Parts: sequence; C-alpha cells; structure tokens
Amino acid sequence: MAVVTPKMIGERIKRREDPRLIQGLGTYVDDIKLPGMLHLAFKRSDIAHGIIKSIDVSEAQSMPGVELVITGAELKEFLPPMPIGTPFPSPDHYSVAVDRVRYQGEPVAVVVAADRYLARDAADAIVVDYEVLPAVIDPEVAMQGQPALVHEAFENNLAVPYVPGGTGFDAEAGTVDNSAVDKAFAEADFTLSQRMMNQRLAPTAMEARGVVAHYEPGKDTLTIWSSTQNPHILKTFVAALTGIPDNQVRAIAPEVGGGFGCKINIYGEDYVAAALSKQLGKPLKWIEDRSEAFQATIHGRGILAYVDICGKNDGKVTGLKIKLIADIGAYNMILTAAIPTLTMLMLNGTYDIPAIRAELTEVFTNKMPTDAYRGAGRPEGTYFVERAMDMVARHLGMDPAEVKRKNFIKADQFPFATQMGAVYDSGDYEKTLDLALKNANWEGLKAERDRAKSEGRLVGLGVSFYVEVCGLGPSASLPTGGWEYSSVTVERSGKVTATTGSSPHGQGNETTFSQMLADQFGIPMSDVTILHGDTGVVKQGIGTFGSRSQAVGGTVLMKAGDKVKDKMARFAAAMLNPNEETDASEMVFQDGTIYFRDAPGNSVTFADVAAYAYVPVPLPEGLDPGLSEQAFWEPSNNTYPYGCHISMIEIDRDTGEPKLLKLIAVDDCGTVVNPLIVEGQIHGGLAQGIGQAMIEEVVYDDDGQLITGSFMDYAMPRATDFPRFELDKTVTPTPVNPLGAKGVGEAGTLGSTPCIVNAAVDALSEFGVTHIDMMLRPEKLWRIINQGGKS
Amino acid sequence: MANETPVSIKVNGKEEQRDVEPRLLLAHFLREDLGLTGTHIGCDTTQCGACTVLIDGKSVKACTVFAVQADGSEVTTIEGVGAEGELHPVQEGFWEEHGLQCGYCTPGMIMSGIHLLNENKNPSEQEIREGISGNFCRCTGYQHIVNAIQYAAKKG
Ligand code: FES
Ligand code: FES
Repeated sequence: MAVVTPKMIGERIKRREDPRLIQGLGTYVDDIKLPGMLHLAFKRSDIAHGIIKSIDVSEAQSMPGVELVITGAELKEFLPPMPIGTPFPSPDHYSVAVDRVRYQGEPVAVVVAADRYLARDAADAIVVDYEVLPAVIDPEVAMQGQPALVHEAFENNLAVPYVPGGTGFDAEAGTVDNSAVDKAFAEADFTLSQRMMNQRLAPTAMEARGVVAHYEPGKDTLTIWSSTQNPHILKTFVAALTGIPDNQVRAIAPEVGGGFGCKINIYGEDYVAAALSKQLGKPLKWIEDRSEAFQATIHGRGILAYVDICGKNDGKVTGLKIKLIADIGAYNMILTAAIPTLTMLMLNGTYDIPAIRAELTEVFTNKMPTDAYRGAGRPEGTYFVERAMDMVARHLGMDPAEVKRKNFIKADQFPFATQMGAVYDSGDYEKTLDLALKNANWEGLKAERDRAKSEGRLVGLGVSFYVEVCGLGPSASLPTGGWEYSSVTVERSGKVTATTGSSPHGQGNETTFSQMLADQFGIPMSDVTILHGDTGVVKQGIGTFGSRSQAVGGTVLMKAGDKVKDKMARFAAAMLNPNEETDASEMVFQDGTIYFRDAPGNSVTFADVAAYAYVPVPLPEGLDPGLSEQAFWEPSNNTYPYGCHISMIEIDRDTGEPKLLKLIAVDDCGTVVNPLIVEGQIHGGLAQGIGQAMIEEVVYDDDGQLITGSFMDYAMPRATDFPRFELDKTVTPTPVNPLGAKGVGEAGTLGSTPCIVNAAVDALSEFGVTHIDMMLRPEKLWRIINQGGKS
Repeated sequence: MANETPVSIKVNGKEEQRDVEPRLLLAHFLREDLGLTGTHIGCDTTQCGACTVLIDGKSVKACTVFAVQADGSEVTTIEGVGAEGELHPVQEGFWEEHGLQCGYCTPGMIMSGIHLLNENKNPSEQEIREGISGNFCRCTGYQHIVNAIQYAAKKG
C-alpha cells in the first residue's frame, strides 16, 4: 500500500470527545426524552430465594398515572427466556421472575407510569407473598447440594461440574494424563499450598444502566437506546427475543458513562422495555438507581482457588495445581460461564512451568450472576499465580523479582505455546522487569523498607508480573464472532467519515481512530469524523470489550481506509497522468496532497481528487464512481500484553490500616497510538485493581441479603486512596495485527491485586503470615498483628 | 399534580419559576424541568458527587436538596460555567490533562474543582485529592483529574 508518514500516531493528542463532555453537552440515555414517553419501574425481590405465592398489584394498578402493571408470569406469555452466549447447559432465565426468585433484586413485576416518581410509588405498592427457601450462599457448601438447590435440574448446584485443563489434557479425547504433574510434585524440593479467594466486586460504572425503547407500530420498527458496550449484539438479541426482525431494530449506544464489562450484557430490563414498548406502542424509559445497580447489574470475580505449587530449592518452579471454584450466582448471563475459563487459560502466567493441572467447577448460588468485569477472569488467574510465585520466593528467602526472572518464558521462546493451550504472541519479560526495577529503584526501596522495619514500622514491598489475553479474538474464541467492522468514506469535500463497530464508553476512539486516519490519508485530524454506537449508521459490529478496540477495531479501520485509499490513488493517478498506466501503489498522500513518489513537485489536492471521484468526467477505466469502502477483519490469534507492577505499602501497627505509598508500573501493550489515552486506561485499571486489593468487596449475609447495597457500604475508591502512579512502558508489537497494538483497557486490574497483597504479606512477615485474602480490611490486618499471624 | 409549590430559582443567571412537587429533587428539577442534563445522577445515597452544582457559590450535591429548598437561591450548573472558546480554566484543565474518560462524573468534578479553587487558589496535591473526595470517578484513577485542577490553579 501507499506510503504512510506517521505524524499523529504515537502523539499525546488531547481528546476530541472532551469539548462536549466538559460542557455537560453529552447525551447519555437518561438525557433522551421522547414525546409521550412513559417510565418503567421494577418491583424486585427482597429475599434471596423463595417461591412466589402471590403478587397483589391491585393498589399499584389503581394509582393515577399508572398505565400498566405486569408480572413475570404474564410477561412469559410473550417474552421467552434470555439467550446466553456460552455453550454450557443453562436453566431458563426470564427477564422477570415467573414463579421463583433466586437472588435479592431479581425483578418480579413491572410498572409503566407517566413519570418516574409515580412508577416507583406504584412498584412500592405491589405486594408479593413468598414461601422463603434457604439461601445458597457459600459455594463450597452449595457443591454438596446444601442447603438447597438453586435450580432443581442442576444437581449439587453444579452449573459446570468439571472442566480440566493443563499438561496432559487432551481436549479432543477429553482425557487427562496426570503423570507429568504427579512426577513434578513427587520430585520437587518443596510444595506450598494455599486457599485463595478472589472476592466478588461490583463494576460500578458511574452511569448506571438505562434504556429507552421506542416501538413505532405503523412501521413495525424498534429503536432502542441503551447504555451498552455493544449495540450490535443488543440489536441481535433484542430482535430475537421480541420477534421484531433484526433489520427493523436499530440499537443506539449514546454517550455511555463507563462500562467495565458490565454493559456487555443484555439485561432483562432491556428486553422488557422493548417488549412493552411494542405492546403499548409507546416509547418507554427505564433508568437504574444505584441501589438497583448493586443488586441487579452483574458482579465480577468471585472465584475461589486451591493452589499447590512445587519447585526446586534454586527457585525453579516445576509444577502447579489449581482447583478453581467459581461462585457464579443464580443464572448464566451472556458470558458468565466463560469468564472462569479465561482464568484457567492464563494459569501459565509469564512462566515456563512444565507441569500444570487445572480444574474448574462453577456453582450456582442465590446471588446476582457474575460476568465480565474489567479483566474478566484474567485478574483472578494472575492473582493466584502471582501470589503463589511470591510464596515460593518467601519460602526460599529469595528476591521475588529474581524468582520471576528465573521462571520467565524467555524472549526467544515466542510464540510460546502454554500448558493451558494459549499461544503467547510476543514478549520480552526480562526487559520490562528490568525497567520496572530500575524505575522503582528496587534495591533502594528494599533498603528503605528494611530501615522502616528496623524502626518498628510495618512497611512491605510487592512485585507482580502479569500477562493477559486481549484483542479478542479469532471467531473461534467468541460466540458473537471475533471480527470487527469499519467503513471509511471520503466525502465530496475531501473530509473523511468513518464508522466503527467498536463502541467506546470512555476509551477515546474518536480521537485515536482520527489520529490513525489522519496519518493514513495525510490530512488534518480535524477533517476526520468517527461515527460509532448506532446500528443504523454503523452497519455491523461486535463492540468494545476484552481490550479489543485498538487491536481489532483499529486494524479493521486501517483495512477499510486502505481500500478507499487504493481507489483514491487510482483517481489521483488518472488526474496526474491521464494518458498512462500508472502504479497507484506509488502514490504518496501527504499534507492534503497526493503525488507520485518520484514526482513530489506535481501533485493534486486531496479535496480535488475527492470531488473528481464523485463527478468522474472522464471516468477512468476500470473505476466506478465514489469513495466509500467497508471491511471486516478478524485476527488470527489473541494478543498477550503484559507488564510489571511494584508497590510499597505501610500498615499501621495500632489500627491495622493499610496505606499505599507507591505504585510503579511498566506496561507493554505493543504499539501505542495515543500515550495520553493509554496512561488514562492504565490509571483507571490500577484504581480498580487497588480498590479490589484494599477496600472493595460485595458481601451477602447468610440469608442472601446484599450487605453492600449502596455507596454507604460498598467502598468506592476516592482520590485520597491513591498515591501518584508512576508509569512507564516497553513496546513489543504483536505480530497478529499490522498495527502492532495489543490492547490496554484491562491491564491495570491484573498486576495490581497481587502486587499489593504481596506487599501486605511482606509488611506483616514478622507475624509469620504467608497469605492474606483480599480485601485488606484494617480489622483483618489488626487481627494478624494482634493474634500471632492468624487473620 | 396536586400539592405543588411555586419556586423561583436563578439558574445560570436566569430566573426560573415553576410549580413543583415538594419531594422533587433539585437534580431532577434541573434535568427534567429545565432540561439542563449536564448535571448527572450517579447514586441515590448522596455519595458520588455526579450531581454537584454551586448554590450561592458553594458546591452542593443537587440530589440532596429538594427544589423547594433552593427557592430564592442562585444555582450554577456545568452549563453555566463556560462555553467553547471561553472555557473555564477548570474545564480547560480537564481537556488538556485528559481528566475524563466516559465523562459521566465530569460535570460534578468540574463543579467541585471550581469550588475548591474558589476557596484555595493554590492547593497542594493532597488538598486537591481531599477537595474532590466527595466525587467518585470510576474511569480515571483520579490522577489526571488532579493534574487538571493543578493546571487550572496554575492558570489562575
Ligand atoms: S447523585 Fe448526587 S451524590 Fe450521587
Ligand atoms: S470519567 Fe468516567 S466516571 Fe469519571
């Protein structure tokens, strides 16, 4: 293809999205008002598990302004169970519970009313009578079939009874050969074992969910605005469930106030809004309250692991066994069952461990379902492996960084096929480790810690290394298809309009994608417009998750751009050299002009070529008019970005309160298009990872009541919880896409949890602790300090 | 609706008179009655700060005040802070320093930032972090927000 001079790619460009957002001019779902619009409210179960004996809607129905009250049993007549995106057997999951509730917050009835206050009043007036059943809360008890079954058809509450993986596992034959793993453990100098919990979290996008559904009866069309990460998937699913053909459904993700995975799902409220709008022929709006979001938007993590690690006294790790138990909650959502398989996939970490046995069991409990939350399975895997590696270092009295180095997959081993079935694309882990140690002044930090300890302060250091699977992915790895879509149009004026199936919610794609097209066409960024998030405008798409926007969405944008550019080069060649056969690949697009590589003095303007292409007189031979092309593309493999995080924390000896003093991160996400945006992504991920390590946890009591049901009880990290993060990067491009970008959206959540817990264990080493479960509640740490190492 | 009470509130310099239900939150009054949707709502327990506005110059969470309580006062929302071409230095700081991602917390953050700088022209980093600790941001990890406010402080 023609020559590209990078000018914009790699620059810290401030974002194009920002002017509207800093003036309060962004349009989020709740800002949409349609004439005649009515409001939905959901009556939700206030118990975790029970049989619905009766629902009395009479009072609600009689309230002035109430248009409709409908129960789950009535909705079932025209709204089938919600589809999922994983191949595992799954119980029926209706948008609104039909005869039994299985988690606190599950919808049981719906109100449609003239305004949202009224709708809420009416929902509160609905009276539900339940026969209360025992709540299934502890996944390990649940696996014994106790104290009840969440779904009668799933024996012992096993959603996924047993998935093996690792060394000696033959996926095709379904057989497991344990000999290599058994041998590794038999011949090891040491074996360390630990139970570790990666606790449940609430994704907590600052904009909760919301939907506006507008069915137009005469046309039989539905337009649905939803706070979603993937409008095209929403369109497909809503069409399937409501029976409106998918070519008559338009889904729009307007401004979306954060997603972090929780807005991948299509939820019952989306389907109900669409179905009732169709039934009533009126536009409907539902906006989730924060209290509802805690109860009824998916949770993340919630995976328990039994870890055994073995090795030699020189620090070489020779074997790893991990038994994973995922507490997935009451139902399967779109990707619920698949998330823990990603944990499993990444259990090799960044190490050349010769023998690994992994087993996964997924268990139903009476809680909100889990699903993708930033990192989605990989932070859990990283945490287990990195905690285990740290335990090895502590056991052997070695520097944890050196234990990592000793076990790293080496730069010349890439592409590296892991024991877990992944093929890591590229990497140079030692280089990244070395830079992180240098930036942290590792030896100096250790001296500082030792000095602090000798003064009686509880200061500790943690280091972690992560690798994640990103840029999802080949279609074989995603039930929706793993491609992305883009179109690029050069308008008559010479301005460029692109559409992308990537649907951003803070990632800044309008900026990064404009940077890319500006370079590709040699025009100013301000001449490029990026359209996204509307299936009526963007013909196809998958969406934004799994850190795939730049790696997959960016690549397909370039592909579509190349097609247009190729055609435009031929128009330009015809203008410059009307009488000769010319090689369009020799055309240079630069500074708003197009010329032959060898004749820069003789150029045509970009705008003139665009104008010519739309009124092509004469029409060059072999060309059709117009400059608009589209592309689909999927990568041949996922990408595997990685990085190293180092932290220093201090724990107050009197109160047990931990304080994060330092966090140094070196991340390698391959090619960086906009460093400012990449840093923002890493900061955000770090904050969520540190939040998990230190203060966040979703807690249900034994009766299945959500204890952390508001910001009063769920600790959202605040600005005062963090030190200034110190970032740096190495750049190891991926070979799986021409851009070399690997993805960075989730990176920060991976390295930070083990990094901080490792530091906390280091700080409390004098009490003989070898592991502390997250989060690092002061009371827990105080007990370790005051009760001889037992938390 | 029965039971309505007249209120008169000066919003972004403009006198607004409406009859409202006594239970109507100021945040909803601004958003629904006046169409000023820049004021966002992120929680129902007065913690997130997405709804922060200035009432008589002080930063207040608009979800914590009934419209009737704001009767007779002057309210400034994000829409009244500055426009393109003449952005407020705090808005400019957010743009320059990448102080926002999804933008949902941003109007509230900017209002808190403005109030903070009104009270303290030259805050330390710690003072900035404390000054915005009533505002949640899930996207940025706050560092670029701190930079944004520092930028505005420097600009004066
Ligand atoms: S909406 Fe007002 S503080 Fe959260
Ligand atoms: S920018 Fe998304 S919550 Fe702050």
